[in-house]
Amino acid sequence: MPSFKVTVTVRLKQGVLDPQGKAIEGALTSLDFSGVKGVRQGKVFDMVLEAKDAKEAEKAALKMADKLLANTVVEDFQVEFA
Amino acid sequence: MSATVVLFPGANRDRDMLAALRSVTGAMPRTVWHQDTKLPKSDFIVLPGGFSHGDYLRAGAIAARAPIMKAVAAAAKKGVPVLGICNGFQLLTEARLLPGALLRNAGLTFVCREVRLSIENTDNPFLHTYNQGEIIRCPVAHHDGNYFADEKTLKTLEGDGRVALRYTEGTNPNGSINDIAGILNERGNVLGMMPHFENLVEDAQGGTDGRRLFEAALDAVAAA
Repeated sequence: MPSFKVTVTVRLKQGVLDPQGKAIEGALTSLDFSGVKGVRQGKVFDMVLEAKDAKEAEKAALKMADKLLANTVVEDFQVEFA
Repeated sequence: MSATVVLFPGANRDRDMLAALRSVTGAMPRTVWHQDTKLPKSDFIVLPGGFSHGDYLRAGAIAARAPIMKAVAAAAKKGVPVLGICNGFQLLTEARLLPGALLRNAGLTFVCREVRLSIENTDNPFLHTYNQGEIIRCPVAHHDGNYFADEKTLKTLEGDGRVALRYTEGTNPNGSINDIAGILNERGNVLGMMPHFENLVEDAQGGTDGRRLFEAALDAVAAA
């Protein structure tokens, strides 16, 4: 079976506070990077999936993201092929 | 009472929980391993605090998908009282047995301190031994206790009196929305809370205000 490199990106939903992003923004500003207007921290999962075809791999990745990788109460996710 | 404490790798308050239950009920509770699929006969189920699976991915996320959780969800659906403290609360939200989510503390640091709590709902199997509006002091110890729920969920929780415990003004240690420290499910038989009532059952622990929660559960089970 062919294998596919799939990347799942998980981000906090809009409106959910991100204290870590805020702290990173503060750190960047204190490093004299000017013009940083908002940082949101997320997660990236690089996976190798065996599947019949790309469509199946995408379907599987979406299911994994929905079931475990993201907490859909507060997070959104996105699936891409590398 | 047949109490059962669910054990997860990385939990570290399970023994405190067992000791508290034993102290109050006089009997050693049973334990069940997270990979088991069946619960022993249980009329009270407890998910203890700690750092199941090292808090990898999200606090409680991996534990919430453990095989035993199907049995816990089924018992909750039947009306068995289920209590989750700290990591147990995180786990209950991840398992969707309670709404909302517990995010990283607003101050980003791990907090280990005493807070003041107001008992907001006493019409449930866990808190009927307290007076509504009673204020007690209790320890918390967590990194992800910042309760969040969307506006609609929050409105439902507040409207239905499902906020069971609230940090009193000025003592919110984590930035949780509406100072929420604990919530109930719709039926009132699942309680998730951050404060460690299991560490407040004997004088040597600096107070016994947590003891009444376990007495309440014992009473509720005996009356059922």
